[in-house]
Amino acid sequence: MGRFTRTGVTTGLVAVLMASAACGSGEAARSDSDTLRIAGPFEVHSLDPASSDGFFTRLQVVETLVSSDLRGELMPGLATSWEDSRGTRSWTFQLPEDVRFHDGTPVTPDAVAASLKAAADEAASPLADAPVERITPVASGVRFDLAEPYPTLPAVLTHYSTAALAPASYDDNGEVTEVIGTGPYEVERVELPASIEVARFDGWRGEQPAIERVRFQAAGRAESRALMAVSDQADVVFGLEPAGQQRVDAADGVRMESALQPRTLLLKVNNDHPILGDVRVRQALSLALDREGMAEAVLREAELAATQLLPPSLRTWHQPGLDPLDHDPDAARDLLAEAGWTPGDGGTMQRDGTPLRLTLTTYPDRPELPALATAIQAALAEIGVELEVDVTNSSAIPAGHEDGSLELGLFARHFALVADPLVSVAETFAPEGDDWGVLGWRDAEMTTAIEELFTQPAAEQAAAHRARIAETVQRELPLIPVAWYRMNAAVTDRVDGFVLDPLERTWRITDLSWAGQN
Amino acid sequence: MSGTQRQLVAAVLLRRAGQAVGVALVVSVLCFAVVRQLPGDAAYRIAAGRYGDDLVDADSAAAVRAELGLDRSAWQQLGDWLVDLLRLDFGRSLVTSRPVVAEVGYYLLGTLQLTAVALGLAIVIGGLAGVLAARCPGGWLDHMTTAWVALVRALPPFLLGLLLILVLSVHLGLLPAVGHGSSSSLVLPALTLAVGLSGLIARVTRDTVVEITRSEHVRFARTKGLTERLVLARHALRNAGVVLVPYLGVQAAILIEGVVVVESLFAWQGLGHALVHAVFWRDVPVLQATALVLALLVVAINTVVDLAVLGLDPRPRKREVLA
Repeated sequence: MGRFTRTGVTTGLVAVLMASAACGSGEAARSDSDTLRIAGPFEVHSLDPASSDGFFTRLQVVETLVSSDLRGELMPGLATSWEDSRGTRSWTFQLPEDVRFHDGTPVTPDAVAASLKAAADEAASPLADAPVERITPVASGVRFDLAEPYPTLPAVLTHYSTAALAPASYDDNGEVTEVIGTGPYEVERVELPASIEVARFDGWRGEQPAIERVRFQAAGRAESRALMAVSDQADVVFGLEPAGQQRVDAADGVRMESALQPRTLLLKVNNDHPILGDVRVRQALSLALDREGMAEAVLREAELAATQLLPPSLRTWHQPGLDPLDHDPDAARDLLAEAGWTPGDGGTMQRDGTPLRLTLTTYPDRPELPALATAIQAALAEIGVELEVDVTNSSAIPAGHEDGSLELGLFARHFALVADPLVSVAETFAPEGDDWGVLGWRDAEMTTAIEELFTQPAAEQAAAHRARIAETVQRELPLIPVAWYRMNAAVTDRVDGFVLDPLERTWRITDLSWAGQN
Repeated sequence: MSGTQRQLVAAVLLRRAGQAVGVALVVSVLCFAVVRQLPGDAAYRIAAGRYGDDLVDADSAAAVRAELGLDRSAWQQLGDWLVDLLRLDFGRSLVTSRPVVAEVGYYLLGTLQLTAVALGLAIVIGGLAGVLAARCPGGWLDHMTTAWVALVRALPPFLLGLLLILVLSVHLGLLPAVGHGSSSSLVLPALTLAVGLSGLIARVTRDTVVEITRSEHVRFARTKGLTERLVLARHALRNAGVVLVPYLGVQAAILIEGVVVVESLFAWQGLGHALVHAVFWRDVPVLQATALVLALLVVAINTVVDLAVLGLDPRPRKREVLA
């Protein structure tokens, strides 16, 4: 009796496994030559440009009026040229002739102005922060009138929230229901929140790109993405963790590409705080940090240790000549002693009976933040500063800024949301403070330098202002830089011409070609 | 169906419908209360969900707060939601602005597909192993089944999933590692869940079948000359079903709610995924709707189990039937 059924069942089990495997083999995502497969950690929340996280600009479906090259220099986007008048209080952007949206309707000044107005109404868009009074369609373009001189408007118009959409993209309530743009690729299929498929747009005004189709797939786990990269299930994979990068390095047919981002991990300091208001204490905290060790241990790359606030990827802003931020616990203790802090019970510094105890607020959205926070805690303990780490919600930092209760906040700040870092720098060091910038710190020289830069001085003078800003920050440390960021992607050898845009504006798919086909 | 049976079915349905309404109310209010207890300003979280972390500042948070009326009192917000619920209006997601019904429907479909296939595979693998082990208690197959149970229960789904990806996807190239929607991308997550579950199913099936094959009515069936297969199919399995079906019901409920890890590993879009994101972004309408659907699914599964057992169990349930 038993023998018959036993074999029967074994056969059954094998059949089930075979069947489950067979139904996949037809579709298994091995290379289908005309589709570029991109995988990344982020999900697509919305079709609306402002809340799309820039997906449709990166996939080159929609275009902004102004674009930027790899060095952050402005370039024509949808607009062919632009000029200012009334001392940069008015700007006119020329639109190209005979250009059509993906649905075949012509790109008119009215349509583009309508998209821009929608962006200006979105509080999150950098355009909403510009003092825009009017956006009007004119004969061959769009005109902006502003309440005050605003030389950085073209840079603001590189932001993905300002992309131009066809009128048919919007429903009656002004919600974006379809992404109909002007770029070299048009949307074929979107399945929120995880996948987008685009194909070459035949009516593209430029040269036809070599890649015919692109498919984006969100994959939340870094482990899954790494396996996709090494098993030829994706051609470009963004956001790999160190273990995955090692796996890619060891694999054939795929390589790692990386670029330094204009993003800095920093400590926001409450400069109104009775302890932290003293620049010597801030300098001591900075000297206590072993940035290289932390960068090596947490970010797996010692070179990411910040030697100054703005990373080298911001070419015109980074100052190679500036004295780097050092690690010197002895000098830190000396500075604390100078500020009146003496070693007390259990090694904690104290002054007039008050221990040197501070709270650092951070959040877990970026996994490296809590790890860095504990490293900072250990480093500060060595110079007798007792640090309590509070890993909470990211909103605790703006909330603590608002009511002045924040002592130290650890987060990552992006300095080039729009192509010109001046916009972010000015925000970060606004004399009245900024949620993700300074708190209780103002410096007349700094404010003047930023104001001067907004008047677009000659190159040499501008460089001098930027140098002064960098020196002031390095000396005063109203924000204490910790580390820079590197973005990476695993790229298959089947693809030629891949370059990472440090500003993450676009994935530059039009520059790519299949290896051996060009 | 006899009149008594119809009455029994009606009683089951009525009782479960009452439960469904109660559960819906409790779950909605509880979700609402829990989200309000989470640390942090919801307006900032929602703005981060919508615009990305880099674009969140006091201005965008204030705009979100004003648009969504987050500064209304808690009672007012809860009251409005309950009134909308009565009108079966679930509103729109705070993050994506899409109708909650469409969004949760999409994730529900994903979860149902995954659960159904996983449960089916688990029953096939575990059931067969259990029945085989039961044919010869103490035999080598029985020992192997025990070892299998211990092994798959000890492996966390995350690790098991990675192992399956490595073998079936990376090395053999049979299946895509991640994805959603196609039948091929469903296999790996379903298999991960099924393998984990199959061990227990095998164990329960084995014990139940062993117990029943030793029972008097089965011995009588043998005595009257039925073949071993007929005894198993007609007498042992149906009786085993009475024990197994409620057990499977519980497992199905656990599967539906416990697939968060597997869903994220394979980028499969289901309710677990929706729930995690809704909590993360403080997307209260999606959270309430997802939790509601999950709760109602449990009620629905219990109803199906009740009805199935009613049909399977040859013993009359009520005393009055005996009279």
